[in-house]
Amino acid sequence: MSDDSTHDSIARRSFLKGAGAAGTAVATALSGALPAPAEAQTTPPAKEASPLPPAAEPLLTLTATEAAFLSAAYDTFIPADRLSPSGTDCGLLAFIDRQLAGAWGSGARLYRSGPFIKGTREQGYQLSLTPREFFAVGIKAANAWTRKTYGKDFDRLSAVEREAALKALDAGKAELNEVNGKQFLEMLLASAMEGFFADPIYGGNRDKVSWRMVGYPGLPATYAGKALEYRGKKIVIEPQSITDFS
Amino acid sequence: MAKTMKSVDAVMVGMGWSGSIMARELTKAGLTVVGLERGVDKSPRENFALPGIRDELKYRVRQELMLDTSIETHTLRNNPSELALPMRKWDVPPVGDGLGGAGAHWNGVTWRFSPSEFVLRSHLTERYGRNAIPAEMTIQDWGITYDDLEPHYDHFERLCGTSGKAGNLRGERIEGGNPFEGPRQNDYPNKPLIMSQAGLIFTKAAQNLGYHPFPTPASNSSSPYVNSEGLTVGQCQYCGHCEYFGCEANAKASPLVCVLPALMQDPKFELRTQAYVRELIYDKAAKKVRGVVYVDRRSGEEIEQPADMVVLCAYPFNNTLLLLTAGIGAAYDPVTGKGVVGKNYCHQTTSSVTMFVEDEINPWIGTGVSPAAIDDFQADNFDHSGLGFFGGGFISPSVSGGRPIQVRAAPPGTPRWGSAWKEATARWYNHSFPLNCHGISYAHRNNYLDLDPTYKDAIGRPLIRMTYNYFDNDYKMSAFLTEKAVGIARAANATIVGNPQPRRGNYGANNGGAAHHTGGAIMGTDPTTSALNRYLQCWEASNLFVMGGAAFPQNPGHNPTGTIGALTYWSAHAITSQYLKSPGPLVAA
Repeated sequence: MSDDSTHDSIARRSFLKGAGAAGTAVATALSGALPAPAEAQTTPPAKEASPLPPAAEPLLTLTATEAAFLSAAYDTFIPADRLSPSGTDCGLLAFIDRQLAGAWGSGARLYRSGPFIKGTREQGYQLSLTPREFFAVGIKAANAWTRKTYGKDFDRLSAVEREAALKALDAGKAELNEVNGKQFLEMLLASAMEGFFADPIYGGNRDKVSWRMVGYPGLPATYAGKALEYRGKKIVIEPQSITDFS
Repeated sequence: MAKTMKSVDAVMVGMGWSGSIMARELTKAGLTVVGLERGVDKSPRENFALPGIRDELKYRVRQELMLDTSIETHTLRNNPSELALPMRKWDVPPVGDGLGGAGAHWNGVTWRFSPSEFVLRSHLTERYGRNAIPAEMTIQDWGITYDDLEPHYDHFERLCGTSGKAGNLRGERIEGGNPFEGPRQNDYPNKPLIMSQAGLIFTKAAQNLGYHPFPTPASNSSSPYVNSEGLTVGQCQYCGHCEYFGCEANAKASPLVCVLPALMQDPKFELRTQAYVRELIYDKAAKKVRGVVYVDRRSGEEIEQPADMVVLCAYPFNNTLLLLTAGIGAAYDPVTGKGVVGKNYCHQTTSSVTMFVEDEINPWIGTGVSPAAIDDFQADNFDHSGLGFFGGGFISPSVSGGRPIQVRAAPPGTPRWGSAWKEATARWYNHSFPLNCHGISYAHRNNYLDLDPTYKDAIGRPLIRMTYNYFDNDYKMSAFLTEKAVGIARAANATIVGNPQPRRGNYGANNGGAAHHTGGAIMGTDPTTSALNRYLQCWEASNLFVMGGAAFPQNPGHNPTGTIGALTYWSAHAITSQYLKSPGPLVAA
């Protein structure tokens, strides 16, 4: 993966500008991060690797600072390597942006009657914040913490520092003032996994890259005639998603 | 002021398995029946169609088919001295929603409970002595036996087209079936499903250890089947999308497939969806209910539906809530141990250990039901002397779909993210599966349901307050079962055996098991210790019957749906053969 330690504020702004417009920078980075030929052999040779469409698109709800933070976090969780492009290049920014802008982000299925009281760990989520609001305060608090600890916003840290910062959040060792850092980390990591592994219709998992990575064939998943034949055998199937049937 | 509808013979509150079956049996007996369902109408053709139904994010992660907690949820505390707070989202096992209820989104696991479970207190007392059961373990007999229920289990299996293999046919032991099951009059209506690679690995290892593995009974039809209602159930596609999903093949038994298409043809039945029942109308002096009041969610109108008989067929939480708000039966008090409504709320105690193997597991080919199981450590199938706990559970390899957001194991020591995590995930995705232990929850004095004093649902009713925790019996049972599972993993020569995960810590967020909630309106033999008699008839209102898991005095280690279906047929039979001839208490109080 490209090390972002050299990013300065201008680089970040231009990256985001690119992401907001045609996404050239992202698309270029993506083509450079395609799986190496050795890895690509899981794909049946008959199908030619087609160029991926541009990843970036206008953001629905994320601010530039939030997008930079999330992009950096997702690229740490899912770095570009022989198995997949980086999280951002897999479309995770588009994924989380749409999720937060939609019903889930707005807390559509959250019980939101008061009184809101800080509960025990066993009582689960007890905040009056929607996921959209929680991501906003979490990112703000995490950036404040990395500024205090490393002197920079999270997205401007080196790869090593980012890893250390996320690990500190995961271990509950980062003091994020009013926000529970561990809770934020769990939500952040869950969103990365959801975006990476969900059906590509949600904007992440572009070109079913994670499904290829693990060997999940996707749809239509009708194996009545195959369950016995496939049992115990290595089966390589070009994955198909909802879009392929729509 | 409420609009009043024309009186009917019977009204069902909730149209899942219980409501659908009961409505069908009562209309067959000539009654006019209204089915009230809080959720939306659903049809498999419309709502469970390919390709959209294979959407893990929508159905499994965001829980599309589950109850919207913004409408209704429950509060939770771990002990009676804590402040209960609402489950603002399903951080704990969720509750289903909509027409078909949990029967639309379940996995299809269709057990019969072990015979000893129905007479649990008597059985344990007889085998282990008068003082063997701890004072705080408030387990009870059901008031019925396995033999009472057997014909009704049989009926429910023929409704579902359940796939499996008998182990005990009229007392004769059948090789390859479950040797611990009670005697069956008939074999399963469908042959077992195709055994997966994980099932073969498990079966061989369990046999080597001297255990008795068998195909887990599954209402995922192994071949097309015409059920007891003359309706066609389709063939299972091994798609790996059962639990939390609907079935596009109509192969997973569901009220939407197995009952409603017949019921809806009957002019004596009327279905009303988006009908959110607010309260029961109770005539305490007469010990009868007069009907229900519900809110039509489409118009906002409050409607009174008078009825000669009411059958509560909602989830245990709602069934208990409606009894408590109407004041039907005394509310349970954990301090005195007196009172019956809300008593003996139970969950189930699950645990697991993951096996990493060289075989190609292909976890994306699967049904909701584990391919095989053992009952050697279920119920009282083994000697509990000196173990310090009662009860047990089944152990099974769980390969019910390789949906990758949630199903991807990595060996112990793997980082949670980064390239090393990706390498491990890619390496082991197709080469791992958990052995699940699915165990009992025996009632405890401090585990119960009552009305929350603060939080309300969307129509202003109090939320149910759950006071629940695991106790010593659960932890010891779970440690025991999990150790047995580790033994199976070792016997299978797993490349890596994951860290065993016996149940530890308090019940709550991210520390619950399957969505099998029971109790609150339990059945039994005595109105001072149970809310219902052996026919699931309310002791305090003879024209009120309460179905579902709410009636379980405690929760055995098997999944509940088979028994929920059987109890509904049992109760329906009592109603149509006895009660209707002479409405009144079927058992003298």
